Amino acid sequence: MNPTTPRRIAAMGLAIAAALGLTTACSSGSEPSGASTAGGVTTLKLWTHNGGNAAELGLDKKMVADFNASQSKYKVEVQSFPQASYNDAVTAAASAKKLPCIMDIDGPNVPNWAWAGYLQPLDLSANTFVNQLPSTLGKVDNKVYSFGHYDVAMNMTARKSVLVANGIRIPTVDKPWTGAEFDAAMTKIKASGKFAYPLDLGTAGTGEWLPYAYSPILQSFGGDLVNRTNYTTARGVLNGPDALKWATWFRGTVTKGWAQQKSGADSTADFVNGKTAVMWTGSWAADAVTKKFGDDVVFAPPPDFGHGPKIGGASWQWGMTATCSAKDGALAYLKFSAQPKYYADFATTLGLIPANTDAAKLVPNFAPGGKYEIFLKLAQKFAEVRPVTPAYPFISTTFAKAAQDILAGGDPQKILDKAAADIDNNIKSNGNYKF
Amino acid sequence: MTTTTPVAPNAQLTVSVSKSARPSHARGREALVGALMASPALFLLVVFFLVPALLAFGLAFTNARLISPRPAHLVGLENFRTLFADSLFWASLRNTLYFAVVVVPAQAGLALVLALLVNAKVRGTNFFRTIYFIPVVTSMVVISLLWRFIYQPDGLLNHLISAFTLGHWHGTDWLNNPSTAMPAIMFMSIWQAVGFHMIIWLSGLQTIPGDLYEAAALDGCTGWQRFRYVTWPGLLATRTFILVTITIAALSLFTQISVMTQGGPLDHTTTVIFMAVRTGYEQQSTGYASAISLVFFLLVLTVSGIQRFVTREKV
Repeated sequence: MNPTTPRRIAAMGLAIAAALGLTTACSSGSEPSGASTAGGVTTLKLWTHNGGNAAELGLDKKMVADFNASQSKYKVEVQSFPQASYNDAVTAAASAKKLPCIMDIDGPNVPNWAWAGYLQPLDLSANTFVNQLPSTLGKVDNKVYSFGHYDVAMNMTARKSVLVANGIRIPTVDKPWTGAEFDAAMTKIKASGKFAYPLDLGTAGTGEWLPYAYSPILQSFGGDLVNRTNYTTARGVLNGPDALKWATWFRGTVTKGWAQQKSGADSTADFVNGKTAVMWTGSWAADAVTKKFGDDVVFAPPPDFGHGPKIGGASWQWGMTATCSAKDGALAYLKFSAQPKYYADFATTLGLIPANTDAAKLVPNFAPGGKYEIFLKLAQKFAEVRPVTPAYPFISTTFAKAAQDILAGGDPQKILDKAAADIDNNIKSNGNYKF
Repeated sequence: MTTTTPVAPNAQLTVSVSKSARPSHARGREALVGALMASPALFLLVVFFLVPALLAFGLAFTNARLISPRPAHLVGLENFRTLFADSLFWASLRNTLYFAVVVVPAQAGLALVLALLVNAKVRGTNFFRTIYFIPVVTSMVVISLLWRFIYQPDGLLNHLISAFTLGHWHGTDWLNNPSTAMPAIMFMSIWQAVGFHMIIWLSGLQTIPGDLYEAAALDGCTGWQRFRYVTWPGLLATRTFILVTITIAALSLFTQISVMTQGGPLDHTTTVIFMAVRTGYEQQSTGYASAISLVFFLLVLTVSGIQRFVTREKV
């Protein structure tokens, strides 16, 4: 049969048009932003970065289940994403206007996301967060946008037996190692020959880990990521003489053979298996390490390289999106999840510092005399939050690249100069990120 | 008289008109059917490829940000001025061209050798064809992760080198050493994609008529003469296609860099696409990334144009 008869052509054209129409109709069905109501129950979407992290995701789901069971007006649904791509997922969803109602945010990103209009201030009473650890509250322009259940303390995890065997003093919070002491200690351990690479700085990490782990050391030397008086320039702090000292020290750990340029994929496993002597890591590793070595473990403060020991602060925090159509439901959930018992849950299950002083009393490990009380002390004494500025995501990626290039042996002054110039250009081209 | 004569030419005219009208009418209909059949694919191509590409080229002249409460303004050639003054861009361009210049001949040549081998009439060619093609159908992300472990200082490659040289050489930190990072990635990329081009060469080889080979055998040709005078000329269309496709694929190197080296030791493995994705997504400078994309598009267009001109059929 001839396919080119007019009738057949018309039929073909109709079929194709219908198929195209169906596909476009199917794809254009847009959901209401983050919440939907059906039969008197409003369902709110909640996003978390804990995909693949069974322990923490379990806690999130428990909070949600308790909230859903406690009342019948709102129902929260959890959706988890892998941490490495979580920020990208949120950015993409925001561009497509498909953000959920409630989501967790990595602390230093809160100013940027608030400035971008993703988040709205939490309309809760003033005394909801009166017992909150200050570094875990996402405050921008004096408005609270987010709060976190926990914080983490970076520390130099080491074994007492190794330090004593090499004649190294065990540091305390009141008397930490000086820079010179630390360097001498590393030289001694390396010379003993028992460890191929005595120090594990976590140099295999990528992304946000790099500023989180290495900017406190930069700050201990006297440099910083950006000038914190008005957050408009990084010149002088990121490429000044103190920052150069940090860069030289940092590369020195590789050239002197103390640390690998790219460490093993799992620092905790390497330490537990006896491949490294000292590990620069967060308190999340505390459980695994104490399980293996018990009392032999010491969680030491980082060395004082001139301006006091410094560790990072602020971890993941919960907030409400600006496009949430069920604001009351979101606030009700956030208020519910801010009960001390949930802070205690996170602390007990994950070994993280409870971000609420009431909760800290409930957790034996963090109470006075508890085995993890050292982390609370480190957080209270040495924690320095990453710069509270909407420029932070750009500063973070620029510093991450600079840190990797410095480790790889590039000219540190040139690298730091370029990083500072890039940050300055970015801040200027965004109009100083004014709200 | 005058009334009858017009009838005859008229009748003839109508006959001739309808004779020529039927073929062109049918041709027009066939063209319409063809257009209708192609329309869904063309529609998708226009909506998902052409339109975003044109939008991106437009964004290159603005200061658009991925996340920003402020709307984008036109900034003219500012992005391009910054781009051409950026050392990272020139390093990316250099690395991309280095990769293309090495991989295109190496991969095409190796694929041709493998195709010639597989084309031999011996048993087991199906097995080898499959083996060579398996890396092609494996996800590049998976392959990059595996090879990252292979290239580690205490990884498989260094162990093999140690074993083969009886301990005299322990290899090096392939991905962290600025001089070996890019060659390591080239080696892995060639290994992954050679199977695909081998299949294309193979199809080209199998279109060469067998009687040409018989004639060559009768004339007493050696293997090399047979290749040079029968096989190679017969592969003209195939090699043009392979040249263009490998070049475009080589210039758009991204996945391996993103997974294995993130731009590599001191910018030795950063490529144009990697730089565009990083500035556009991680650093949220959509306008700047669009400028990079536009420059890249012009580069690929120029290179493909030159290749097409050089390999055109000289009638």
